[in-house]
Amino acid sequence: MALKAILPWTLFGLTQGKVTTRWRGEGAEPGQAAFLGMPRFDPGRCQDHCRECADACLPGAITLVPGEGPERPTVDYGRCVVCQMCVEACPTGAFTLASDWAFGSGTRDDLVWTRAAASPRGVTLKREIRRVFGRSLHIRHVDAGSCNGCESELQALNNPYYNLHRLGAFFTASPRFADLLLVTGPVTYAMRGPLLEAFEAMPEPRFVMAAGTCAVSGGTNGGGCTCGSGLDGVLPVDMYLPGCPPNPPAIIHALLMLLQRVPQRVRGGQLVPLEPPTGEPRV
Amino acid sequence: MSGSPVVVSEDLAPAELVTRCRAALGEGARMQFMYAWFPEGPTAPELRYVLHPGSGCPPHIWRCRPGDDPPPSLATTAPLLSWYERETTDLCGVVFRDQPLPQPLVLLPGASADRPPLVPGPMPHLSYTPAPEDLPQLAGTTREDVQLLPFGPIRADVLESAQFAFLYAGEMILHYHPQLFFKHRGMEQRFAGLSPRLGVFLAERVSGIGSVAHALAYCHAVEAAADCEVPRRATWLRVLLAELERIYNHLHYLGHLCHTTTLKVGEAQGKYLEESAKQINSRVSGSRLLRGLVTPGGLRREPQLAGLAADLAQLESEFRRYTDRLAATTSHLDRLMTTGVLGRQLAFDQGATGPVARACGLDRDPRRDQSYGAYAELPLSIAIDERCDAYARQQVRIAEVFNSIDVIRVVLAGLPCGWLSTECRPPPRSEGLGWAETPRGTAYYAAHLDADGRLARVKIKSPSFSNWRVFPYTVHDSNMMDYAINEASFGLTVAGCAR
Repeated sequence: MALKAILPWTLFGLTQGKVTTRWRGEGAEPGQAAFLGMPRFDPGRCQDHCRECADACLPGAITLVPGEGPERPTVDYGRCVVCQMCVEACPTGAFTLASDWAFGSGTRDDLVWTRAAASPRGVTLKREIRRVFGRSLHIRHVDAGSCNGCESELQALNNPYYNLHRLGAFFTASPRFADLLLVTGPVTYAMRGPLLEAFEAMPEPRFVMAAGTCAVSGGTNGGGCTCGSGLDGVLPVDMYLPGCPPNPPAIIHALLMLLQRVPQRVRGGQLVPLEPPTGEPRV
Repeated sequence: MSGSPVVVSEDLAPAELVTRCRAALGEGARMQFMYAWFPEGPTAPELRYVLHPGSGCPPHIWRCRPGDDPPPSLATTAPLLSWYERETTDLCGVVFRDQPLPQPLVLLPGASADRPPLVPGPMPHLSYTPAPEDLPQLAGTTREDVQLLPFGPIRADVLESAQFAFLYAGEMILHYHPQLFFKHRGMEQRFAGLSPRLGVFLAERVSGIGSVAHALAYCHAVEAAADCEVPRRATWLRVLLAELERIYNHLHYLGHLCHTTTLKVGEAQGKYLEESAKQINSRVSGSRLLRGLVTPGGLRREPQLAGLAADLAQLESEFRRYTDRLAATTSHLDRLMTTGVLGRQLAFDQGATGPVARACGLDRDPRRDQSYGAYAELPLSIAIDERCDAYARQQVRIAEVFNSIDVIRVVLAGLPCGWLSTECRPPPRSEGLGWAETPRGTAYYAAHLDADGRLARVKIKSPSFSNWRVFPYTVHDSNMMDYAINEASFGLTVAGCAR
């Protein structure tokens, strides 16, 4: 009886074929067409005494800073929720729509726009990660007050399209088996304690990833009397991944970066061109 | 708000509340929610009760100034109001006379604020020393067979944070107590002082997988305050976005339900179809969760509709094949049928909404009954099932996916030309009530503007707040083996409940 019910599913599964995408870590990934990532910023187009973008930015990612002349905008992509309001508000086209989503960064500073973006800053991750974990990673996810958007995309990692397991990364139930604490949400007063306990329960070496703009900076939802402003000051963060929510390839990219299998793409708030492929096989 | 019924409002004295509530319920009305706000300073709260007098009628609002005496609790008359009253006590400092369960709801045991967070004024300070939940005395030395299982707030897999306490004997769950407010972010406070145009980005981030419907309910409220007529083209495109949201949510739901009945290929296929739908969303809107298009007054930019009809036809044929297979899988159906039965009267009294209510035979859907936007012009069919169990909840959602695809097809074929948005600037001290049917049930937003035309108070009534209240009634006296299936069959979010 049971066989009669299950056999058609086996055949069904087999006839569906393989839908899993290849992962090259080269930026343009399948299935992400038309996805809008972080808006690009070209301060050369700014006009004096204009603050349209800053006024339209709910999470305060765009602020005006005094320079040599009139105030100029500066962009902290760690606060960006990709609402694209700056693109709409800017009268001169200094902000433009882009598909830039590979914004995982080992340092918080690299998420802030700077002119001298080309300086090749070394990845500051703990060097032993490769020796200890090899190419595998066990992840304990903790929702510290997300809107469930990040969870929706994290759950998508295990769908047949992304099939995270094939990259050697697994979600694990117990923090005692976990190498990486992946945190979403701005950290509410009530989740702060359980979050710290989960971190304490992890064996060393252990890593922390702030996934989604809320965990990086609080985003739109942080602050107030019940919420923190992300993980800074709560846990030592090894990987920042803004995005609202980050799409699954962005999360995969950040995980592979942590394992030093792909390079960081963002420097000074801009995606840098990939270096030509080296002899080392990727995935 | 275009095409929406006019909301009726009325002032009531505190002494009238109980009798009027009884009378209204006797005539078939249903209370929807209540909240407090402070139009004239932090010492003078005004209570608002929103009710539907009957199917097809516009909502009524009762306004009540409690004065110096505590207002009466309506929790014993209309049980679904109990959580709203407790929340109002926690966040607005209004205490209700004879509230049967006066414990805090939104603030965890051991948490206290030096002033109620939603009362206008300086930011309160919240202190928190974790304390145990107040559970019924079932376990203990005299009942050694009864055990307490606390589960959460961090649970296995990638799940939202919530803590569940099970009091159980063997396989039997005697009592179930969820603590759903670990994620309370104070979203309603966050709206205060914002311009109505920026508030929509917060509404999108109340419950991430209900971004469109929450943004719609919020915009409907702001548009009602501004008395603004949304262009017809925008109302049609809003329907398209809202139905795309329903599709990807219900596909996720089916994949997750298969996960709980351990139907592995069914799980993979459900989640693959969800991924296909999210990629369609991304092509249409630039956002996999369809964020960033809905704005007060219309839409911010044109969705990209090229290829959508073909994508949906492909999705529909794969979905049909998938659900035919589910319908022929007895191992899956056996686990759903008679699991998590929710009686119709209980569902009505305790406030069940959306597919959960429609699976109990409650024929309610604001897309038809309190029609908004373009729904009155579109071939909506409301799926109803009388069986009240997990199977009924699955069947309602399956039918809704097919209907959503049909509706989108008609939108694409008959999309009116015209403007995409219109000026929407609510005047100072105006207010509006808006609603929208999310994939999980009805969301309401009430928006009150201050003297500068900025948001003074926004109340969010989210469907998961309603359905989480109902859910435990299906868990008491059930068994452990069915719990995960039952929970999945409700399709709840914690973020929407905790806000």
